[in-house]
Order: sequence, then structure tokens, then C-alpha cells
Amino acid sequence: MPRQLDVRPGVYLDSVTLMQVSSDAAALDGVNAAMVAMATELNLGLLAGMGFTAPDTAAPTDLLVAVDAVDDDALARTLAAVESALTTRTAGPQRPELGFGAAPAPHTVRAALDQSGGTLALISTPGRYAFLDAMDALDAGRSVVVFSDNVPVEQEIRLKDEAARRDLLVMGPDCGTAVIGGVGLGFANVVRPGPVGIVAASGTGAQQLMSLLDGAGVGISHCVGVGGRDMSAAVGGRTTLDALDLLDADAATETIVVIGKPPADEVADAVRDKAAELGKPVLIALQGPGQPDLTATAESVVSSLGREWSEPQWWPAPTMRTGHYPHIRGLYSGGTLCDEAMLIATETLGPIRSNIPLRPEWDVGPSLRADGHAMIDFGDDALTAGRPHPMIDNSLRVERIRAEAADPTCGVLLLDVVLGHGAHPDPAAELAPAITAAHTHAAGDGRDLAVVVALIGTAGDPQGLERQAAVLRDAGASVHLSHSAAVRKAVELVADPT
Amino acid sequence: MTSDLLAGEPSVVTAGVDLLAEALAAQAVDTAAVDWRPPPAGTEDHLIRVAADPRRTEANAAAITRMLSSTAELVDVRPARAALGLEPGHFLHAGPPLSWERASGPMQGALMAAMMFEGLADTPNDAAARLEAGDGITLEPCHHHGAVGPMAGVVSPSMWMFELRDEANDGTSWCSLNEGLGKVLRYGAYSPEVIDRLRWMTDVLGPLLQAAVRRHGRIDIKAITAQMVQMGDEGHNRNRAGTLMLLRELLPDLISTDAPSSTVAEVVRFVSGNDHFFLNLVMPAAKLQTVAGAGIPGSTVVTTMARNGTDFGIQVSGTGSTWFTAPAAVPDGLYLGSYGPDDANPDIGDSTIAETAGLGGFAMASAPAIVRFVGGSVPDALRTSQLMYQITLAENPAYAFPILDFRGAPTGIDVSLVLRTGILPQINTGMAGKVAGTGQVGAGLVKPPLECFTSAITALAEAAPEVGTV
Repeated sequence: MPRQLDVRPGVYLDSVTLMQVSSDAAALDGVNAAMVAMATELNLGLLAGMGFTAPDTAAPTDLLVAVDAVDDDALARTLAAVESALTTRTAGPQRPELGFGAAPAPHTVRAALDQSGGTLALISTPGRYAFLDAMDALDAGRSVVVFSDNVPVEQEIRLKDEAARRDLLVMGPDCGTAVIGGVGLGFANVVRPGPVGIVAASGTGAQQLMSLLDGAGVGISHCVGVGGRDMSAAVGGRTTLDALDLLDADAATETIVVIGKPPADEVADAVRDKAAELGKPVLIALQGPGQPDLTATAESVVSSLGREWSEPQWWPAPTMRTGHYPHIRGLYSGGTLCDEAMLIATETLGPIRSNIPLRPEWDVGPSLRADGHAMIDFGDDALTAGRPHPMIDNSLRVERIRAEAADPTCGVLLLDVVLGHGAHPDPAAELAPAITAAHTHAAGDGRDLAVVVALIGTAGDPQGLERQAAVLRDAGASVHLSHSAAVRKAVELVADPT
Repeated sequence: MTSDLLAGEPSVVTAGVDLLAEALAAQAVDTAAVDWRPPPAGTEDHLIRVAADPRRTEANAAAITRMLSSTAELVDVRPARAALGLEPGHFLHAGPPLSWERASGPMQGALMAAMMFEGLADTPNDAAARLEAGDGITLEPCHHHGAVGPMAGVVSPSMWMFELRDEANDGTSWCSLNEGLGKVLRYGAYSPEVIDRLRWMTDVLGPLLQAAVRRHGRIDIKAITAQMVQMGDEGHNRNRAGTLMLLRELLPDLISTDAPSSTVAEVVRFVSGNDHFFLNLVMPAAKLQTVAGAGIPGSTVVTTMARNGTDFGIQVSGTGSTWFTAPAAVPDGLYLGSYGPDDANPDIGDSTIAETAGLGGFAMASAPAIVRFVGGSVPDALRTSQLMYQITLAENPAYAFPILDFRGAPTGIDVSLVLRTGILPQINTGMAGKVAGTGQVGAGLVKPPLECFTSAITALAEAAPEVGTV
């Protein structure tokens, strides 16, 4: 069968873009396999798996275009489609055609800051390089949001020390979301401006909190993401402590909330001491056994502002739940939400297998499958290597929904669907058909498969909150804007079917 | 500043995933995307270690401050014997260290010419044999003596040298007198006419220039260079305005010497007939500037780029006198007469000190006419200078480019930025024939080998503390 491999030195596109080009190419008629990727070690391995042999000289700075097709015609069509997709990308709106004497495109953060006069940098380069790009921003006297993950902790500390020296802020690494001056950075929901300042060591956790507050009519002044590791003993809350000072000094902020995973003890003390010094109320709401969940935190914030709290909206499943529901299978895109789900569910259900287990002995293992309750974080680094994050691409979860539909031990599917800028433009369009098909399949086996969706989003999100909810519900799911309510619904179904 | 961070809506520079830039655009936020690419494989850990080096920022700032503060005044013209203490048989050459065996055609030809000029050999064959035997012969880079030489850059004791001073940094630099174009020693020619011209330069040109310079008093070469880059010269392959301004400066004193008017006329005709005469003053001025920034631990600034016709070598501030070398490339350009690419020798000469100082290829925007000599187009010239800002740490207000709204010359090449951007320094250069004795075959554009920079970053990383240990 015809196949072709091109190696193009010096052409670079980011992995998210390339994965989209690859999956579009692979979906064309007559294509057995297609890969358009940078020649990293990982991708060279995948390429070998497709039966291609790359030249020894291939380096991560080279673009690979590999297509295996059923016939010459399909090969030519696919290569042309790839070419067109790449051309569109490289000549996209960010890179207008250069006119006579125009400055060439900036190749570093420093050059871009010089040319544009930007005030903030957002870095999402691969983790092994991100330090360089973030340091560039600090050198240029700008604060920086580091969305990239897999940045070694000693590099994080070095960046944060440099930022302190220069009176700047490093948000991240692994900062999934931030809202600064009304601008959402990373994965960000569209939230109204308001009095609540958030310091968040958790991306999806912050998205849930902001969405619930927005739903309750309470706006956000800023959400400073600090990175998942900031409150560890090693990093010592460097960004968290600075962020508290910043929000304390910020005129728009009336009340401050700190969310994240449980910090190292000495960091918790430092954060509490700092909070006590500030002139504004600080709610420290860290995730953990026996701690308030994110919905409870939202309620506390709303009440503290003297507003009335009502339960976040939910849409019941279109049909009555009448079956027997043996086990929950949680299929998550957000790690913090997966964690919160396990914390809530384990109180009633005991052990829950996971790839990010509450206890080491509950590790689900490499198959990611279990007979009992299981919750999988599909956004975990180990599962996103070489493919887009599940908030951008639902294909892994769709595949898993299909598998669970055929598994008689699965009673409830629990999903998070995260809306906002950066997320998939229409997740319901991918998930709803899978949910419908799963229902049909399970019904064919004489089972009622309950589907419970936590929909994280706001009325202002570009995907349309109501529309997403309606499409998911019409597919047979109950849809909850409160994640913890969704989890409790799922637990209720398996514990006490009604 | 952090205090400003929350003060209003930010404008954002993005590097990495396009999707996140699109998410900002969808919010109608002012954004600019970096055309990002990974550094060469294997350099990332070194780059990080160097970027994390706590000495880096201040070391580079110090290097830049010294470079920008440097002055360059022509103070004297003297034979190399007196100026540099060269003894018979002691030859300086361009580029990093080199042995006779590894020397290219034009370098061997130039050394042969110098042997005959010094009276150490009678014929080319005799010269080659003695150089090969090596008895009583010492070959050393010009740079090891604070000197610079164009093309082969061969300096022998009897050759006359410009002597320049940088009073701000207490530096001295030297360069030979320019012989003109065509069949000349620096391009590897050694025919009798070459030797005759060198003798005339020693007997007539050198002494008369010395008398004129001493009468005149110091001449501010930096000021002339500043003017020439506003008059269409880039200071490497185009020195027309600089040459004429020097002559304008010296003419009254040349006439006022005791020399007969016919000799003065001969000298003036020689200088004004050679558009490259001033190159040999730009070069030591550039050397003074770059060496001022040398030897600062932790600094990633390139202080030398030089070629010997076999290897391209760079020196970096933070690693002192260490050369990082790799095989020199053959320039790409325009050829004289019937010469073609097969006739060209690999890149040769210390004249890349001009680019190291922000002139030459870095100043092409200010010298659009140069493209007729080295190839390319005017938009290329404008683009080239602007690209060089992306690999340099500062702008030199002394050398301002009118076409770029008087932006200063891109100054202080940063090893890290070269590797991170994949943008190599742009060099305008002459091309020597690869066969000894040929002379010049053309002029063109060339870039240093990437390997010079990957070796340099390795050494810089080795000299830097491990991340997290400081």
C-alpha cells in the first residue's frame, strides 16, 4: 500500500495544532494511518509503530509528515489536505504577510514583548523548554503565566526567586487557568467582574469555583493561578503569598479565596499567617478529606458577601432512573474534579480505583480498568503524552464510554464537561452521540446505564451553557452545574437506586 | 511590575499552543504570538543552566555597558615590529589558531607573500618549503595580540599598522593598512606586483600616514564610523564614505608634511582609489568595542567572530580566551569575472569583528546599496538588520540607522539567543580564491556554523552552577 514520509527541517508547529491536523488527516477516506508531528523521541516511537523508519538525523526541530493510504489517489489527496492545513496554520492570523521593511516575526518572548509592548506573557511551550521562555519574560520585566507542565521543580523555584528579585509574579508552571484584569488566560470561563479575588493552585478547581460564583451573580476581580506545586514544601508558597499581597492591595478585590490541594504544613502555616496580616477577609479552602467541597466553598463566599445562595442549577435526566446501578465509572478531564469526586464518593462507597488514587493501594493499574468503582483522570500527564488534552479532544473518553456500555459492572457514568475559552468548541456534539449509543447498547443488554454530567461553565461561555446542557440531557444524562452535586447524584444512584 | 499586574487589562504575548492565543483573540485581548521553535536538540539543558545562572543578567549588563562605552581613536601608525614586538619569522594571521598544514590556499599564499616581503624567502616554492619546515616560524592569531586582520590577516614585522586606543576601557588595538582589491596578499596572492605594493606601503604609505596622524593628533574613528553608517556604508564590505571622511580629515596634514607633492598625490590616489581603505580602521574600532566586554564570568555575549579560511571560531565573554571552532562555510554571493562557486575558499578573515560589533551584515539596513555587491535584495537587507535585534542584547546609539528611525546597531550577540531563535549572525564578506595566489574571486553573505554556538553553550553551562544549587 502506498505510503510516504517527509521530514521537514526547521518547520515548527505546536503539538495541539499538529494533533488536530493529524486526526483530521487520519479521518479522511482511504487513509490507514496519518501522523503529522515534530520528530520528538515519543513521536519517532509512534512513527516506528506505524511501520515508518525516520532517518537517524531527525530531530525535534524537524516536522514529520507520514501518511499510509489504501491507494495512490488517497495518498495524494491526504498529502494535499495536510499541506493545506499546515499552510493555513503557518500563515494564520498571527502572522500577517510581511510588507516592505516590516519587522520579522518575533522568535522569542523577549522580542515579542519588545515589539508589541505586551504587559504579560503566557507560556505554553513544552515543559523542557518553558523555563527559557518564562525567564525571557522576567528578563523583560514582565510577569508570566506558565501553562506548560513538566517543568522541573528546581526550575520553578529559580523562576519564582527571579520574579521576587524583580518584583514580578510567576503564575505556574502547570497553571491551567488565570483571570487577570478581566482577561482569561489558559482554559478560562467567561465570568463577570466582581469583588472576589481567587488564589488557585488548581485549574479546574478554579474554573468550578468561578463558574458557581458567576452563576450566583457574584463576579471575580482576578484569579491568580499559582501552579499545582506552589504550596508544596519545596516551592513554599512563593507565588501564593505574593498573590495574597497583590489581591490585598487591589482596589477591585473585597474578599479573597485560596483553593488548592492540601499544602505542606509549614506552607499552610505561612499562608494562614499571611492571611491574618491582610486587611481583607481570606477564606482558605483547601481540598481534602473532611474539608468543604468547591460548591460549599462557593456558598461560603456568596454568603460572606451577604448574598443569597441557591443550589446551582441542574437538569434531571429525561427518563426515570429505574435500574440497578452496580458501580460508578468516573471519566474526567479535570484532575482536581476527579480528586473531589473520589473524596466525596469514598465516604459512602469505600475504595475507588484511579490513576490518581486517594490511596496508593487503590491504583487502577496500567489497564485503567476495574470491576468496582473507578475514576480516571484522562488529563493526567501519562495519558496526554502525544495526544490533546481531554478538554480539547474527547476521543479517549468517547472510546471509554463505548467500552463501559458493554461492561455489566458499570452502572453510572460520571463525566465532567468543561466549557470556556480554550476548551473544545462544542463538547456536547462529541459526547452526546456517545452517551446515546451507550444507552442503546446497555438497554440491548437489559441494563439502564445512568449518565451524570458535571457541566463546568458560565452563561457567558462561547459554547453556550444552556445549549450544552440541553444536548447532553437530551442524550440521556442528568446535568449539574455543581460538580459535587453531580457526584452525590452518582453516589445516590449506586447506593440507593430510585 | 507586580504592583501594576492587576491594574488593568493586560496585553499578552503568547508562546506555545496556538489554541491559547486564539482563546485570547476571542476575548478581543491585544495579543502577539511568538514564532516559537525548539532550540537544537541537546542544547536545552545547557541553555536552561545558563539562563538560570544568577550571574548572567549582571554579567551581560556589564559586558554591554563596557562595549557601548568604548571609544576608538587612531593614535599612531607604526610598523608591527615596533607596535606588536614581532620578530622576523613571527607572523600573525586571521581567525582562530592554525597550523601551516591545515591552512587553506589563500592563507598559505598570504604567508608565502609575507615570507618573500620580509626577505625570508626568494621564491614562492622556497617560502612554502620554509613555512612547511617551520624552523624559526611562529604562527599566531592576530586576536591573541589585540590585533585584527582582514581576509588572511597576515601581519609580519615590517608591515605598518594603525594603532587605535579605547580610553574608556584602556584598550589598544591594531590593524594592517589596506592593500586594495584584486591581487593582494590578504586574498592569498603572492605575485611580484603584490610584494612590490607591500614594499611601497612600507616605504611610502606607512611613514607618510604616520607623519600626518602625528601632526593631526588623534582621529575619532568611532565618530567617522557613526557617520558612515548614515551614509550608506555598513563598515565591512562598503567603506566608501568612511574612506573619504578619513581622507578629508588627514589631507591638510598629509600636504603639510615634508613629503614632495608627488608622493602626497600618490598616497592620496591610493587611499581614495580603494573603497575598502577604512575597513582596516572599522575593524580595530570594532575590536576595541568587543574586547571591552570580554572576560566577564557568566556573560553569554560573543566577543569575537573570526575565520582563518579553514575554521570559523568564536570567543565568548564568560569563557575568556577559549575558541569555539567549526569548519568554515563557503560564502554565497556574487563572483568577479568568470570565477564561480568552485573557485571560492571557505570563509576567511577577522573582518567579522565588524558584525560582532553590530556593523557589517548587522547594519545592512543602513547600506541597501550593498546588495549589489554581496547579493540579495533591499527588503532582505532591511529584514536582516531587524532579525539581528532578536539575537543581540542591546542597541548602540552611537551607530544609528536612519531607515529604522535611527534605531541603534544591534549589539552584543547572545549565544543563548542564537541557539534559541535559530537565527545565525549575518556576515557580509569578501571571497578569496581557494588556490593560493588567486586573490579575490567575489563577495557575498555567510553565516557562522551553528556548532560554534552549541560548543560555546556547553562550556558556558559547565561554568555555571547547577540549577537549584545557588
